[in-house]
Amino acid sequence: MKASKLLMATALTAVTAAGASSASAESLTLCWAAWDPANALVELSKDFEAESGIDMEFEFVPWPNFADRMLNELNSGGKLCDLLIGDSQWIGGAAENGNYVKLNDFFDAEGITMDDFIPATVTGYAEWPKGTPNYWALPAYADVVGWTYRRDWFENADLQAEFKGKYGYDLGVPASLDILKDIAEFFQGREIDGKTVYGAAIYTERGSEGITMGVTNALYNYGFEYQNPDKPYDLEGYVNSEGAVAGLEFYKDLYDAGTPPGSSNWYMGDTIDAYKSGQVALQMNFAFIWPGVNADPNVGGDRTGYFANPPGPAGQFAQLGGQGISVVANTDNMDGALAYIKWFAQGDVQDQWTEMGGASAMSSVVNAPGFAGEQPYNQAFLDSMAIVKDFWAEPSYASLLLPMQELVHGYVIAGQGTAQEALDSLVSEWTEVFEDEGLL
Amino acid sequence: MSGNPIDRVAEATPPTFASRVRGLSDRTIAWLFVGPSIVLLLAVNIFPLIWTINLSFTNFKANRLRDAEYIWFQNYQRILTDTGTWESMQATAHFLFWTIFFQVLIGFALAYLINKKFKGNDMWTTIIVLPMMLSPAVVGNFWTFLYQPQIGLFNYVVEFLTGIEASSFSMIGSVNLAPWSIVIVDTWMWTPFVMLICLAGLRSIPDSIYEAAECDRASKWRQFWTLTIPMVLPFLMLAVLFRGIENFKMFDLVVQLTGGGPGSITTLTSIDLKREAFEKWRTGYASAYAVILFVTVFGLASIYVKALNKVKER
Repeated sequence: MKASKLLMATALTAVTAAGASSASAESLTLCWAAWDPANALVELSKDFEAESGIDMEFEFVPWPNFADRMLNELNSGGKLCDLLIGDSQWIGGAAENGNYVKLNDFFDAEGITMDDFIPATVTGYAEWPKGTPNYWALPAYADVVGWTYRRDWFENADLQAEFKGKYGYDLGVPASLDILKDIAEFFQGREIDGKTVYGAAIYTERGSEGITMGVTNALYNYGFEYQNPDKPYDLEGYVNSEGAVAGLEFYKDLYDAGTPPGSSNWYMGDTIDAYKSGQVALQMNFAFIWPGVNADPNVGGDRTGYFANPPGPAGQFAQLGGQGISVVANTDNMDGALAYIKWFAQGDVQDQWTEMGGASAMSSVVNAPGFAGEQPYNQAFLDSMAIVKDFWAEPSYASLLLPMQELVHGYVIAGQGTAQEALDSLVSEWTEVFEDEGLL
Repeated sequence: MSGNPIDRVAEATPPTFASRVRGLSDRTIAWLFVGPSIVLLLAVNIFPLIWTINLSFTNFKANRLRDAEYIWFQNYQRILTDTGTWESMQATAHFLFWTIFFQVLIGFALAYLINKKFKGNDMWTTIIVLPMMLSPAVVGNFWTFLYQPQIGLFNYVVEFLTGIEASSFSMIGSVNLAPWSIVIVDTWMWTPFVMLICLAGLRSIPDSIYEAAECDRASKWRQFWTLTIPMVLPFLMLAVLFRGIENFKMFDLVVQLTGGGPGSITTLTSIDLKREAFEKWRTGYASAYAVILFVTVFGLASIYVKALNKVKER
């Protein structure tokens, strides 16, 4: 009796295990950050499930832990993700360490061409080495840092008059970073509707990448370059140029004069909260939040306007965000993962992706007639995507990011040393990293 | 069936097992019991330690495919000459000293008060120990709200007590205040732990000793310094040891609270080490860093334990 029960239990276990393994062969796990666009992707992927018969599972990690969690997963050879929508800066490391599948042959076979995507997103999300036709991802979500502002406050006649009296020009969408700072100062500590409000909510976060994603919007526009364009990894005079120093000083001035008290460690979620709660006149943030702002009952609709990062003395640039979708080399379901990429690269799916709250990087979608006027933020998105620059995407990007976080935060928030000293130290730190990597 | 429990156990023991065990020497049986623990210890403690020491002499990076090269003491030299390392050591020393100082002071005072018999004694004990039952990550997170200049309760309490405007200072954003902000939170959270240890010490002192002192007409002050303190001292030293070791490896609470900032003001050695090991992926360098910290903690703890034993022997 006991023996027969044992046999039955063993058989049941075997059947269950077999069932489980066959189910996993017909399912795909897609990993991404936990944010609104990810929810839209879940909805969108239901069509893929219906078409292919493959079950989609999702692993979404909150932004502050996203890099840690996913890079550990890749580096440890984990099998959690079949598909990964990874940050643009990971592409170098993931490509060189064999974590992502190179997609060139697949793209050629399936007729997928990178010419169909916004060039900046191809460079930023798919290529490694940069500027070469070696593709490790399909551009999946186009994103860029831009600004939202309280249009209702800007259009208030009394405030307009007071602003003009003080600064000598009209209060409106800032035509330069200097004007943006003036506006932030103007609103700082002001009483509006019986509430004290402040100038601008900007990125200042220390722990992950926040302050770097913020300060670069000032650095680029004042003349900061990552390296000598003619001599790779030659940093002296580019990272710490006179313009770069002025850009860093600008960001500190903006922080000191025009941001809410206690905003010393703010990133995406914090600036959204500050803006939606009516604390600030201006908000720096990635464009992915714009649909949410537009729909917000307190600040949405006509009460908010959107604009691209204003120019500085050395030009107009904005920090690239967004990600590409890659096939994880360790996947047990390579065919299924590639089938998902093929499905996702279709024009009509990309159209639907944008409609559902995603942000397609496909040129035909964003250049479609009427796209710019479809949503109040679409024009600002297009303007911003045309001026993007990105942080290093080297395999050692994390080693490059950490000293930048520390030194910029130390100068801007803690007021340690001077901007010149901070950037000189950054040159030393980055040079050491490149020497360690054998690149210098 | 016999009614004696011992006989019943003997009858229930399978004869084959009993005879097998009977055939083994005491020494073998002892090894059978201790063996699994030793294997486990070797696997999860000793082997990783030896492996870490080995890695510390290399330029190994865990996220790279290329082979590691032996660079011997270069990692150690770089760590010990790096100003960043010394700054994080300094931040750790500040955190360690002041948290232990406040926790011992306040913890002992609370234990002394709680030890007195009064109405609601148990309820107050329960309330006081509540903070240490919370997760450090949760504590770190909600103290960021308490420290908010615009809405934070802490800033408003300071304003109420001192008249300094609440929104005029930021505990976690200021270079001068941030190191104290983490000291305050850790003290709030872990003082109850020190209090409980002190309470155990106070309650272990027999009443008869105080009665004898009363007979000798010793004042309360003298009883405190010559009876209470010396008899509680071993417990206090134990509390200091526990809190010292815990705070030397403090990570979660501070990461949640300040992220190591502003700049690197609150970057404790554990945070620095984690960034080297799992963000920069400089595995060899981080191993050397870990070895240095291990030797430091082990050395200090050994000296301290010797002192503790001397106090206990008195």
